[in-house]
Amino acid sequence: MEHHKTNWSKIFLVFFLTITLFVIAFGSSRYFDQKRIDQLRSIEDKISIDLLSSETQFSLLQELSCKDISTTALSSELNSLADKITYSENNIGNNNTNVISLKKSYSLLEIKDYLLMKRITDRCGQKSVFVLYFYDNDDCTDCIKQGYVLTGLREKYPNLRVYSFDYNLDLSAIRTMISIYKVPKDLPAIVINGKVYSGFQTLEVIEKTFPQLQSIKKKDTPKPKTNTTTKTGDQTTDIPQATN
Amino acid sequence: MYVQVYFLVTFFERRRSIIKHPDVLYLKSYPTVTVAVPCYNEEGTVAKTVESLLALDYPKDKLSIFLIDDGSTDNTWEVFKKFENIDGVSIFKKENGGKHTCLNLALEHSTSEFFGCLDSDSLVHPQSLKRLMCTFEVNPNIMAVVPSIIVLNPKNVLQSAQKVEYEMAIYIKKMLGFMGGIHVTPGPLSIFKRKVFDNLGPYRKAHNTEDQEIALRMQEHGYQIDHCPDAYVYTMTPHSIPRLYRQRLRWVYGFIKNVVDYRRLIFKRKYGTVAFFTIPSGIISIISVLFIFSTLAYNIVSFIYNKISQINLVGISNLHAFKFDWFFFNTKTILFFSIILYLLLFTAMIIGRKMVNEKRALTINILYFMIIYSVAAPFWLFRAIYNAIISKESSWTMERLPSNT
Repeated sequence: MEHHKTNWSKIFLVFFLTITLFVIAFGSSRYFDQKRIDQLRSIEDKISIDLLSSETQFSLLQELSCKDISTTALSSELNSLADKITYSENNIGNNNTNVISLKKSYSLLEIKDYLLMKRITDRCGQKSVFVLYFYDNDDCTDCIKQGYVLTGLREKYPNLRVYSFDYNLDLSAIRTMISIYKVPKDLPAIVINGKVYSGFQTLEVIEKTFPQLQSIKKKDTPKPKTNTTTKTGDQTTDIPQATN
Repeated sequence: MYVQVYFLVTFFERRRSIIKHPDVLYLKSYPTVTVAVPCYNEEGTVAKTVESLLALDYPKDKLSIFLIDDGSTDNTWEVFKKFENIDGVSIFKKENGGKHTCLNLALEHSTSEFFGCLDSDSLVHPQSLKRLMCTFEVNPNIMAVVPSIIVLNPKNVLQSAQKVEYEMAIYIKKMLGFMGGIHVTPGPLSIFKRKVFDNLGPYRKAHNTEDQEIALRMQEHGYQIDHCPDAYVYTMTPHSIPRLYRQRLRWVYGFIKNVVDYRRLIFKRKYGTVAFFTIPSGIISIISVLFIFSTLAYNIVSFIYNKISQINLVGISNLHAFKFDWFFFNTKTILFFSIILYLLLFTAMIIGRKMVNEKRALTINILYFMIIYSVAAPFWLFRAIYNAIISKESSWTMERLPSNT
């Protein structure tokens, strides 16, 4: 009996068509990834302008009373920026140059905001608590837990300002902060109002260590709708989760 | 995806070769045919099966019907006796030994030029045998022809889902027929030239999937198998998940074990489509389903684990509120790949429905199929692989236990 002959030309035609479908799938994914990066960049541009505006306002502080200070720094867009960068790291890749560049810009914006807010707080005597959070994206399960705790804290204390930094991000400003606060390699590490705490800290421990958190506790009144322009210290950032 | 594209290309290339026989068909000659009906505890269904065979539009003196009781413990034999005096019907009773032993008993007693099997949970269309025999008449090189199997009166969602699956299988079977790559000659009315058994030997137990083994044996020896799309056979399908699970466990287990037995065929140029396409694509399909399911299950478990960790650490009241944002919509390559794959499957189902003359191309049953099979299939695939590793066979008779078991 004769076996059915293999139709090689058809096999190659189908192979070519299948590859084309793969390319379409891959290209579509890349297209949406690029859209994401464009969106992140536009958010960062906006925040950058907001920060510049805040700094300008601060320079004019001598001519204004504290109650008149208004800033769009850490505006509502920044609230979700950290989540979006974390998501992009997970889905586009934490080695992607665009993602790394966005993350560096975001970290710089955080540092600028931190410095500005500290100055405004000192000048106007506001009650604020600042948390600097250093995490590691590789092989740090406690960093994931610490991210949850800080996100939970922020939910409980909306006026708590949390700034998160990837310990291993190649950015001189972060290296300087690590050096200034003497942040150890044992991560996660948090710096609260200038004091360094290494290793995982539970929500209860943080609350106990910093009773001043009670002074910025969320009131039980209903939340106002999101404003694009808010009073200083009314906004906080989401906490990036380590991506391992 | 490659497999589905291959089928689609074949369909567009050969769609004009899909023969639709006229309602009343006349053959040049009417060879003798024996149809064997192996039964184990089929008292409730076998009478209708035999009646449908008796109603076949085929010369009565050319058709022999062999009813074989495989040691049933119910009243199957009493049902047989009602038909024993009808011309052309012969009844046999034997100790339980499995379906292949019933078919071999029938082969021993058959002197017909053609031999076929009909599962006792199936009914034949009156024109089905003529249409099958016409396929042999048109191409004398064909050694076996398989019919189109349609789900009989689906009564629940599960059976409706199977209906779509069987319709899609008709399209796939026809395409494999064009390609010379059919690897199963299913129980419901596959017809063989007697020469097949004379030359290649009788049925084998073949891990309770003798219909797969005989097809692979035929392919090994270059015996052509074709598909007749309008030779309809209506079959009862499992009405519950456990029964479907048992049936599919047997099928997949049989496929794996038969592939192991016939591994010498794989990627051997002389065996053509079966070697390069049918068997490899079957293996890849199993692996792909298990991989996708494992990935999905891992993601779901991770998500739940993370949420529980979050709740343990910060309490429910301090959980980060979920807000929908298109930014977080998953657009990984695998998503678009899945969409294309589902579109190809969807197309296959619609073509299958057209091939059985369904009026509406779209039906809710397609959705039932996609949901039920996406969830349930990985379980029988996993179990079949496990059973294949430890060589634990699934029983044909287990599928024929009373409904309350």
